[in-house]
Amino acid sequence: MTPELNLSRDPAHIRHGSNIGQPLSRVDGLAKVTGRATYAADNNPPGLLYAVLAVSSIARGRVTALDVDAAKAHPGVVEVMTQANRPPLHADPDGKPNPFAFRFEALQNDRVRYANQPIAVVIAESLEAATEGAALLAPRYEAEPARIGLDADAAYVPPAVGMGSPAEERHGDVEAALAGSDRQITAVYETPPHYHNAMEPHAIVAEWQGDRLVIDTPTQGLVMMRARLAELFGIAPENILIRSPYLGGGFGGKGLMAGPQVLGILAAKMVGRPVKLVARREQLYGPFGHRSPTRQTLRLGANAAGQLAGIHHHARIATSSFEDFYESAAHLTHTLYAAPAIATTYDAVRMDTGTPLFVRAPGIAPGSIALESAVDEMAAACGLDPLAFRVKNYAEVEPSTGKPFSSKALRECYTQGAERFGWWDRPLKPRMMRDKDGFLVGWGMGTATFHALMFAGQARAVIRRDGSGVVESGAHDMGQGAWTAFAQIAADSLALERDQVTFRAGTSDLPDAGIAGGSAHTATVGTPIHNAGAAVIAKLAELATSDQRSPLFGAGNAGVIARSGRLLRRDDEGRGESYADILARAGLDQVEGSGSGMPDPAANEQYAMHSHGAVFAEVKVDPDLGQVRVTRMVGAFAAGRIINPKLVKSQLIGGMIWGISLALHEEAVTDPRSGRIMNANLGEYHVPVNADVPAIEAFTVEEHDPFVNPLGIKGVGEIGITGSAGAVANAVAHATGFRVRRFPVRISDLVRAGA
Amino acid sequence: MNRFDYVKPATVAEAIAAAAAPGAAYLASGTNLLDLMKGNVVRPARLVDITGLKELTRIETSGNGDVRIGALVRNADLAYDASFAKDFPAVAEALLSGASAQLRNAATVGGNLLQRTRCAYFYDTASACNKRTAGSGCDARDGENSQHAVLGWSEACIATNPSDFCVPLTAFDAIVEIEGPAGRREVSLDALHLLPGRTPERETVLVPGEMIVAVRLPAAARAFAGHARYLKVRERNSYAFAVVSTAAGLVIENGSIREARLALGGVAAKPWRAREAETLLAGQAADARAFERAADAALRDAKPSGDNAYKIPLARQLIVRALQAAMQGTPARMPALPASPFSSVPGVLHDA
Ligand SMILES: Cc1cc2nc3c(=O)[nH]c(=O)nc-3n(C[C@H](O)[C@H](O)[C@H](O)COP(=O)(O)OP(=O)(O)OC[C@H]3O[C@@H](n4cnc5c(N)ncnc54)[C@H](O)[C@@H]3O)c2cc1C
Ligand code: SF4
Repeated sequence: MTPELNLSRDPAHIRHGSNIGQPLSRVDGLAKVTGRATYAADNNPPGLLYAVLAVSSIARGRVTALDVDAAKAHPGVVEVMTQANRPPLHADPDGKPNPFAFRFEALQNDRVRYANQPIAVVIAESLEAATEGAALLAPRYEAEPARIGLDADAAYVPPAVGMGSPAEERHGDVEAALAGSDRQITAVYETPPHYHNAMEPHAIVAEWQGDRLVIDTPTQGLVMMRARLAELFGIAPENILIRSPYLGGGFGGKGLMAGPQVLGILAAKMVGRPVKLVARREQLYGPFGHRSPTRQTLRLGANAAGQLAGIHHHARIATSSFEDFYESAAHLTHTLYAAPAIATTYDAVRMDTGTPLFVRAPGIAPGSIALESAVDEMAAACGLDPLAFRVKNYAEVEPSTGKPFSSKALRECYTQGAERFGWWDRPLKPRMMRDKDGFLVGWGMGTATFHALMFAGQARAVIRRDGSGVVESGAHDMGQGAWTAFAQIAADSLALERDQVTFRAGTSDLPDAGIAGGSAHTATVGTPIHNAGAAVIAKLAELATSDQRSPLFGAGNAGVIARSGRLLRRDDEGRGESYADILARAGLDQVEGSGSGMPDPAANEQYAMHSHGAVFAEVKVDPDLGQVRVTRMVGAFAAGRIINPKLVKSQLIGGMIWGISLALHEEAVTDPRSGRIMNANLGEYHVPVNADVPAIEAFTVEEHDPFVNPLGIKGVGEIGITGSAGAVANAVAHATGFRVRRFPVRISDLVRAGA
Repeated sequence: MNRFDYVKPATVAEAIAAAAAPGAAYLASGTNLLDLMKGNVVRPARLVDITGLKELTRIETSGNGDVRIGALVRNADLAYDASFAKDFPAVAEALLSGASAQLRNAATVGGNLLQRTRCAYFYDTASACNKRTAGSGCDARDGENSQHAVLGWSEACIATNPSDFCVPLTAFDAIVEIEGPAGRREVSLDALHLLPGRTPERETVLVPGEMIVAVRLPAAARAFAGHARYLKVRERNSYAFAVVSTAAGLVIENGSIREARLALGGVAAKPWRAREAETLLAGQAADARAFERAADAALRDAKPSGDNAYKIPLARQLIVRALQAAMQGTPARMPALPASPFSSVPGVLHDA
C-alpha cells in the first residue's frame, strides 16, 4: 500500500494513504529504550566544565554576601560567577521586547525575588567540585517577609489573562439570569501550584566557537529561543545553533528560554570552555515556571427543568512580583455549556514566587476541574443525572460568541463513552454503590475541551535523483511522537514509503516549526510539510508534463497524480514515470520545495475551533480510611483527523492520568513563612504511580473538520487532562456524598468528613 | 557534597575500627544516606561502606528457632524469602509496602532500621530543625505538619519515624544485635529508637561507631503467623510513606484472643508499640467491640501536634481494620498491593 497524491485540486491532496492514519510505533522508540538517544545533558564535548547553580533560600530580599573565596579554594573549582563579575549581556534580562519574552534572573543584581532563584554559578572540573563549591558560598541575605498564598497581598484586576484575553468578559446579564433562576449554586474551588516535573531536568551544554554559539538544550521552541538568545548576546541568529532532538518531557516548562540556560551560556563565555549546567530536581521549582494556584468561585443558575440560565466563573490567581502571567482559568466557561448569560472575571495577587507560566493545558486544566465540579453540583441541585444535564445544556454554537463550531462531535463522545462505561446504570444519589467488599463506589464524568490552535510554521522537502525524499522542519519531539507523526505526513506529502524519506527535525538551523505547545504542533508542522511536499511534486509534474520525451507530456498539471514515487496520468494510469527518471532526464540532482502554514484568519473569524471529549471515571473509596483509588476510566475524544492512532491513544491516556493527578495527588507545598517549596522532589511531589492508574480506555470518535487546517488536525496533547480531573472529583463526591472543593482530594479531607 | 574518605572493609572488626574516626558513617545501600549527603543534610567525613561484609547477608534459623537476619540482607530478598514470609507474614507485607521495587532491591535491613525521618524541614537545610542542628528550633511546629506525630512528640520535635519494616518488628519483639568499639550488645527494637524529648538529635540508643549486625525475630513470634497483617494508609496507592500504618497479630483460640500484638507507624518518632491495647485484647472475644476498645486504648494519649488531628480517628479506624483483617486470617498469598486497605477485605462494611 502506498499513498496517492492528486494534483487536480487545491490543496493537492485528496486522500491520505497508508502512512497517515496508521498506528506506527515510535521511530525513536528503540533508541530511547536502549539509551542511544542523546538528550541535552548526554553531550560531553572535549574540555567540558561543569556549572552548578547556587540558589536562594529566601523568597524576597537581597544577597548581602557570598563566600566566593571559600568556593574558589575548593579543589577543582575553576570560577565563580556572581553579579560582580559575570560577562555582560547585550539586553536587559528585565526588559520586555515582546510578550513571549519573560523576565528572568541572570545575576543582574543582588535582588532575590523568589526561593530557588539563581544567585551564583560555580564552574568546576567536576560536577562534585562545582556542587560543593556552590554549598561553600554560604550566602547571607537581607530578607524581607515573603508574600505567599492567594491572600498574601492586595488583589487587583489584571490587564489581561492567558495570552491577551480580557480579564472581564460578559455575555448577557448574568446577575439578572442568576437572580431569576429557580436553582442556584455557589461554590469555591481551590487548586494548588503545580510544577511541570518533566523526567528530564532543564539542562544546557554551551560552547562558544569564536562568535558562534552551539548549544544542546531541550526546548519546545527552537527558533523562538534562538531569536531571544541572539538578542541577549547581541549576535546574529544564524550564529547560534541549538540542538534539541529529544526532550524528556516538556509540558510547557521548556517552551520558553529560562534564566539558567542564559547562565550556562554566560559561564561558557566566562571560562572560554564548553560548560554543562543541569538544574537539580529541587532547582526546577523556581526559575522555570509553574502553574499558579487558583481559587475559583462558580455561580450557576438553572431553571427547574435543568436548563442553565447563567454562569459566573471568577478566578483568583497569582503571578510573580516582577512579571505578568495570568492563568486563564475561567476562560473555558465561554465555550462549553449553552447558558444564555456567561461572565468570567479575574483578580490576581503578586507573590514572591517565580513567574507562573504555561503548564500543560494552561488555564483549562484548573478551570475544567472547577467548572466540571460545579456543573455536577448544579445537576444535583436540579435532580438530574450529570450526563443528562450536560446533554440538556449542549452548546450547538459557541455560547459566548454565537459562532458555529468548525466541527463538534461531542454528542458522539457522550454517547459512545457512556455506552462503553455503562454510565446509565448510575444511581442518581451519592453513596449508593458499594462493591462486594464494602468499598464505596462512585461514578463521575466530565466534559473535555481544548481549543484547536495552530501557529505559523515552515518546512522544506526535497526529492533526490535516486527518487528518495528528504523533509525538514525544526520540529520538537517532547516524547509525544513528533518524529513519527511528521515522518508519516512527510512520506504522504511526497507519495513515498516512509523508509524512502529522511525526516530531519530538532535543530534551529531547520525551517521554523514554531513552538510545540497549545496542542498545536501536529497542525503547525504537519501543514507546512504537506505543502512543501505538494510543491515538490508540482515541480516534478511541471518538469515531466512539459518535456516531450516524458510519457506524461501534455497531461497538464490537472491530469497527473503521484503515487509510490511515480507520477501517473490520471486518465491512464498505465502511463507514468518515476521521480528518478524525471530528474535524470532533466539532468537535475534534486528538486526542492518549501511550504508554510498558518492559521486561516477567515476561518477563525467564522468558526469556533475546539476539540472535545467525555471522560467517565469510577473510584473506590475506603469508607473508614478515606483512601481513594480510581478503578476504571473511559475517555471518548473528538479531535479531528488522527495522524497516528497509537500515539494519540498514548497522549490521551497520559492526559487522563494527569487528570487523576490533578484531582488526587499533585500539589507543591509551599511554606508560607519562607516561600520555599517543601516537597521539591519526585518522592514527595506526588504524581500517580502504576498502582493509582487503572486500565484506561481512551478512544477517538470520527470527526472531520474541513475548516481547522488543510489536514483537519485538532491536536490531542492537552485535552486528555480536561474533563478527566473533574470526572475523578465528581466520582469521589458520588462515592462518598461529600464534595471536596480543595484539590487535590486528601485522605485528611475524607477522614474529617467521615468519608 | 563535601569531600570525604571512603573505605570498604572486609570484616565487621575492620569496619568498626574504621568507623571509630570522628564523623564516620556506615554506608549500606545509601538510598537514604546519599540523598541526605547530596542535600548537605549530613556531611560525614568518612564513609565506611559495609556492603562488602558478606557475613551480614544471611538469614539463619538458630537452634532455639529464632530467625536471625543479617543487617545487609536486602529488603526485597527478605520479603521474598518463602520460609521467612510464611513465618512472619506481616513483616514481609510491611517490607513490600515500602518505597518502590527498585529501592527495596537495594535497601538493607540495617539501613531501613536507621533511616531518618521524612520531615521536610529536616531535609531543608535553610529551615530550623532541632534534630539536624540541636537547639536551632523546629520549623515544623508552625509549618506544614499534616503528616507529623500524634504520639510521643515533644515541643522540640514532632517528626515521625518513616519505616514500615520497624512496625511489625516492634510488634513481634524483634531484637537488634549491635556491635561496637565496646563489644557486642542487644536491645529490643522497641528500645532502639528514642522519643525526642529535649534531645531530638539523639534518635537511637546507638553510640558513635556502633553498627547493627543483625535483627532477630524470636521463635515465639511464629505463633501469630496465621493471623497477622500490616496495613498502611497512604496518599497514593504505592510508593508513598505511611500517613498511618498498623501491624496486628493475634493468636486465636476457640474464637477468642489468647494473645495480641499491635503497633503503629507514622504516628511517632519511633515505631509505636501499643502494649495496653494488647493487654486489653488478651482473653477477649475477637469482635468489633474488643477491637474498638483496643484502638481507643492505643490512642488514649494521642494529641495533634499541628494540622494533623485527623490522624487520630484515622489511626483508630485503621487499628480496628487491621485487627479485623488479622482475625480473618493471614491471606494465603501476599496481596497484589501489599498492606493496601484495598487488599484488606473484611471489615470495610464497618460504617454501612
Ligand atoms: C523515594 C523513597 C521512598 C521511600 N519509601 C519508603 C516507604 O514507603 N517505607 C519505608 O519504610 N521506607 C521507605 N524509604 C526508605 C528506605 O526504606 C530506606 O532508604 C532504606 O531502607 C535505607 O536502607 P539503605 O541500606 O539504603 O541505608 P543507607 O541509606 O545506606 O543508610 C541509612 C542510615 O543507616 C545507617 N546504617 C545503615 N546500615 C547500618 C548498620 N548496619 N549499622 C549502623 N548504621 C547503619 C547509615 O549510616 C545511615 O545513617 C523510601 C526511600 C526513598 C528514597
Ligand atoms: S519536627 Fe523534628 S525533624 Fe522536623 S523540623 Fe522539627 S525538629 Fe526537625
